[in-house]
Amino acid sequence: MSLFLRLLFRNRLAGFGAVVLGVIVLLALLTPLLPLHPPNETSTANRYLRPLSDGHLLGTDHLGRDLLSRLLWGTRLSLAVGFAAALIAGLAGAAIGVMAGYFGGRTDNVTMRGIDMLMAFPYILLALAIVAVLGPGLLNALIAVAVVNIPFFARNIRGVTVGIAHREFIDAARLAGMGHARILLTEVVPNIVPVVVIAMSTTIGWMILETAGLSFLGLGSQPPQADLGSMLGEARSALITAPHTSIVPGVMILLIVMSVNLLGDGIRDALDPRLRSGALARPMAATRVDRREVPPAKGEALLDIDALETQFQVGKRVYKAVNKVSLDLKPGECLGLIGESGSGKSVTALSVMGLVASPPGVITGGAVRLDGQDLIGAPYEVLRALRGRRVAYIFQDPLSTLHPLYRIGDQLIEAIRVHEPVSQAEAHKRAVKLLEDVQIPNAAGRVSAFPHELSGGMRQRVGIAMALANDPDIIIADEPTTALDVTVQAQILALLDELRQRRGLAILFITHDFGVVGQLCDRVAVMYGGRIVETGPTRAVLDAPAHPYTRRLIACVPELGAGRRILAAIPGLPPAVDQLPEGCAFAPRCDKAQASCKTGEIDLTGTTRKVRCLFPEVAP
Amino acid sequence: MGGYILKRLLSAIPVLLGITVIVFLIMAMIPGDPATAILGSYATPENVARLNRFLGLDEPLWRQYFIWLGNLLQGDFGRSFALNRPVLDEILDRFSATLILAGTAFLLCAVLGIMAGVISAAGQYGPADKAITFVVILGISVPSFFLGMMMILLFAVQLRWLPASGMYSIWGGGDLPDLIRHLTMPAIALAVVATGVVARLSRGAMLEVLRQDFIRTARAKGVHERRVIWGHALRAAMVGIIPVLGIQAGFVLSGAVYIEIVFQWPGVGRMLVDAILRRDILLVQGGVVIIAACYVGFNIVVDVAQAWLDPRIKT
Amino acid sequence: MTLALKTTDLAKTFDIGKRLIGPPRAQVHAVHPVSLEVAQGETLGIVGESGCGKSTLARMLVGLEPPSAGQIEIEGRALDRADPAAFGRLIQYVFQHPVSSLNPRKTIRQIMETPLRRLHGMRGAALDARIAELFDAVNLRPEFLDRYPHEFSGGQAQRIGIARALAASPRILILDEPVSALDVSVQAQVLNLLARLKDEFNLTYLFISHDLAVVEAVSDRIAVLYFGSVVETGPAERVFAAPRHPYTRLLADSAPVVGKPLGGAGHGELPDPLNPPPGCTFASRCPRASDQCRGAVPELRRMTGDQFAACYHPLDP
Repeated sequence: MSLFLRLLFRNRLAGFGAVVLGVIVLLALLTPLLPLHPPNETSTANRYLRPLSDGHLLGTDHLGRDLLSRLLWGTRLSLAVGFAAALIAGLAGAAIGVMAGYFGGRTDNVTMRGIDMLMAFPYILLALAIVAVLGPGLLNALIAVAVVNIPFFARNIRGVTVGIAHREFIDAARLAGMGHARILLTEVVPNIVPVVVIAMSTTIGWMILETAGLSFLGLGSQPPQADLGSMLGEARSALITAPHTSIVPGVMILLIVMSVNLLGDGIRDALDPRLRSGALARPMAATRVDRREVPPAKGEALLDIDALETQFQVGKRVYKAVNKVSLDLKPGECLGLIGESGSGKSVTALSVMGLVASPPGVITGGAVRLDGQDLIGAPYEVLRALRGRRVAYIFQDPLSTLHPLYRIGDQLIEAIRVHEPVSQAEAHKRAVKLLEDVQIPNAAGRVSAFPHELSGGMRQRVGIAMALANDPDIIIADEPTTALDVTVQAQILALLDELRQRRGLAILFITHDFGVVGQLCDRVAVMYGGRIVETGPTRAVLDAPAHPYTRRLIACVPELGAGRRILAAIPGLPPAVDQLPEGCAFAPRCDKAQASCKTGEIDLTGTTRKVRCLFPEVAP
Repeated sequence: MGGYILKRLLSAIPVLLGITVIVFLIMAMIPGDPATAILGSYATPENVARLNRFLGLDEPLWRQYFIWLGNLLQGDFGRSFALNRPVLDEILDRFSATLILAGTAFLLCAVLGIMAGVISAAGQYGPADKAITFVVILGISVPSFFLGMMMILLFAVQLRWLPASGMYSIWGGGDLPDLIRHLTMPAIALAVVATGVVARLSRGAMLEVLRQDFIRTARAKGVHERRVIWGHALRAAMVGIIPVLGIQAGFVLSGAVYIEIVFQWPGVGRMLVDAILRRDILLVQGGVVIIAACYVGFNIVVDVAQAWLDPRIKT
Repeated sequence: MTLALKTTDLAKTFDIGKRLIGPPRAQVHAVHPVSLEVAQGETLGIVGESGCGKSTLARMLVGLEPPSAGQIEIEGRALDRADPAAFGRLIQYVFQHPVSSLNPRKTIRQIMETPLRRLHGMRGAALDARIAELFDAVNLRPEFLDRYPHEFSGGQAQRIGIARALAASPRILILDEPVSALDVSVQAQVLNLLARLKDEFNLTYLFISHDLAVVEAVSDRIAVLYFGSVVETGPAERVFAAPRHPYTRLLADSAPVVGKPLGGAGHGELPDPLNPPPGCTFASRCPRASDQCRGAVPELRRMTGDQFAACYHPLDP
């Protein structure tokens, strides 16, 4: 709760809204105690007094009634009606939505058809029809506004409930012996409450506006009682001669609704866990670079990643995802980068072309040189011209990485035409050729398919075709087969290997699977806690790992054909990269660790084989 | 696509029937007796009974409904007793004025709202985003009728740029520039809230889309950032924006009620409010059915647009 | 040998395109009639690729999904009513995604208490003692009990999931891809824990996974699923070493193993579930397929010893 309030007030606009609304609510609550004229006391002698008149701070209206008093009493009424309408609509809508969403099937179908029917009416029209039945009056206007808003809540909450009802913890609750009523109350509802609160807080303002609108039309509160809307309605005829009688209630409505909206947005932001973590930030076109020094150029590798440092800066926390990583890639070579989740392997790969989401990602040091040209901090246009042309990517999940609404042919054509000004027809021909190259049957027909019409394996072939579109020198493949079935994985790996041989491609292959590395890669680098701990020729590293982490990780992996057995596990967890221990990051889990492992910087030593360990298993 | 449109049109039939049922039931629930309302409270019981029989009000409810529906389908919406003319004539006279006003406001809110949302999302937390967010918050918080009144004070009374009212008939007299002069203020006043809502939701939809993997793919291909935002991202975000546009069309169509009153616009909304206050039931029934049917039709257009945009829907 | 679990022609058909009234537009046979027997104390591994029906089978076994046909017997007693609470005391389920199987708004203690209260009516001190015992069994510290699920890593959350399943004191555990969301170093910890718990609590396991090596490492017997049908069953050490069904062979050859050359993976994809072929569903990808295969579905039949395969032209051992 205190966290919630802190988050709420961190948002200055929401704080402003809270203060304004607080003052208004306080005034409304205190109205009966304040020394005001009675709101309905008429005085024909004092009609249309201007604001700041003697005894009438805000002036008087067409019957000589004190505007300040009527304003405060009207505010009281409008606030009460708005909140009540939001509460009724929110609770009724949520109840309907939860029922429909949880039980699904026919209950859901029938309920939602009814809701759709109500939503087929333009909004205020339905409210007008309801008021027509019930007759004008504030209470009736409240009912009309509440009823009209129920479908909105019901739909919204139903959607959320369907999502929750299919979560595994609901199944777990059923298996734990809970009945439907208990599951609804203790498992579903607590997860719905924040959504209902958000929906209510963002719609109260709207409800106040609507009830004011009905009153403005003369369908809400009836004279002499007045809410803000009917004050405006009555003042309209004297708009030109006595504008203050309109402006006073109008500005009050504006103030109330605006402060409610600001506060509502603040509540929504504070309750949404994604906003809380800053995950809703828009990633920029290229990763932000903030490095103090640039390491001097050396070597003549095709791609030279030199002491690369990439961090995620979330609030005060700094996650050192990539920590002084150096790798190089020669033409036609396949380098495997292996590690567990959170080891920094994907971030390393994405840093090369500035594709790490930023915020929160920042490249804080090092260099990435392509044929000697530093890509880190290169102008956007330079980077863009190289993306896809010299260095292309293949990503993990082909369903989410292809644009769902463009035909695959158009996505390929775009990839070609971004870098080469060829005609549409020429690009189309090349797109078909690319699909044939990645062995997609019936390429000429498939070119006009949408991604969702293809199987996972076919989609990943399209992903590969797109990477090949401009005949790049380097392909960075970020776990390209992890989302695929094992038989499809074998097909894709064979295809990648064949393309590499035929086109002389250099591949940086990111994976967590030693089997895949062993079959595909010439060299391998092992990452742990954001650093390279070992690198060398694949067979040498796999046959005789030098770093204790590598050795024990290989031992963890069951291999097919070895029969039933107890596996060697590594106790403990990989370190969190925002609080890395001093010295070797693996030391807390290592059975060979000495005191010296836990202090100071440990270097990566060796020539063709390198290891970052004081007590390696074999001499590098 | 043709099959989808046909399917969607057919599925509108039960909705339209449902609308007539709801409208009929709501109106049937109105307390009091229409015959008494027409004849006045001094009418003799015999006269009331005779008029009831004449109006078919002594029949059972379901028969009354089918008679009414049958007449409706033949274009007979009954007679307004207050105006003493056929309901349909009265509605058709006024409906074009409402459509012009609501249509203009809808175009404004769609175009400006989406553009503002995209610009805001593309420069998240930047100066443009902050300015747009502020204007949007103001926009969604101001009652349209109050805004209309303030615009009249400023532009018609103080500056004398635009007329505050004086639209009597859309087709009578006045040329296009005259129409535009009369339309400007009401259309803007009507569009402001909807524009704010569309801008907010577009911004949210864009931010959601910009974090998706396929945006990263587009960037990895070397697609220019401008095209990433206005092409790849907006295209995907439209899937979330279009349904909102459908709902906003309903807001604009019915929000016209206020604006028509403030600007003396000769539309159907003002007619409805008067009819409700006078308890002119047949006119209310007819007006509501026609506006709702129009809205259903618009929603079909929205759904078809959605299906055209998102190939995953048609299956 | 006493049977812990026996299914007879258990099948599941899903309706596609439900209408408000009238029959659905189409039906998909997610699980074709499956008859399985699992002995007391045995681990049966079930492997298959996505869409093979292994999760649907598992959900039917615990009553989360009512079967369209067939019977489930646990220790000789038939359970045909799909009521998870009735199943719960006999058979429990460990989920694939450890964190999402825990309600984010409940403390671990509340999550652990539910099965003990609901299924065994435990209260007060006995309840606390039992929770402490279970937590000890899965190597978790008691102070974790008052925390919320999001504070745990995948491996820890999966231990909590296992402890919750054990709280029901079941005879059988269905493990649905219990380690596939975990990193390899953590995966081994959980697999070893499961092996120890099986002896300690005298359990029978059904271990479902897409990872052949993991299944081979933990199972006594293995059943291979393809497109909703069991195509091969046999002792764990034989199924992948000497497969009789061509699909099992394809699976075994596709698994990446260091030192084994790439390729030999063949082509082709799963058939369309809305329009399945009349004969063997693997025929379109099978190098040995004949007209017989395309005409009629082969039955599961005994090959050698305890090894069964549904194939007209089985491979040589």
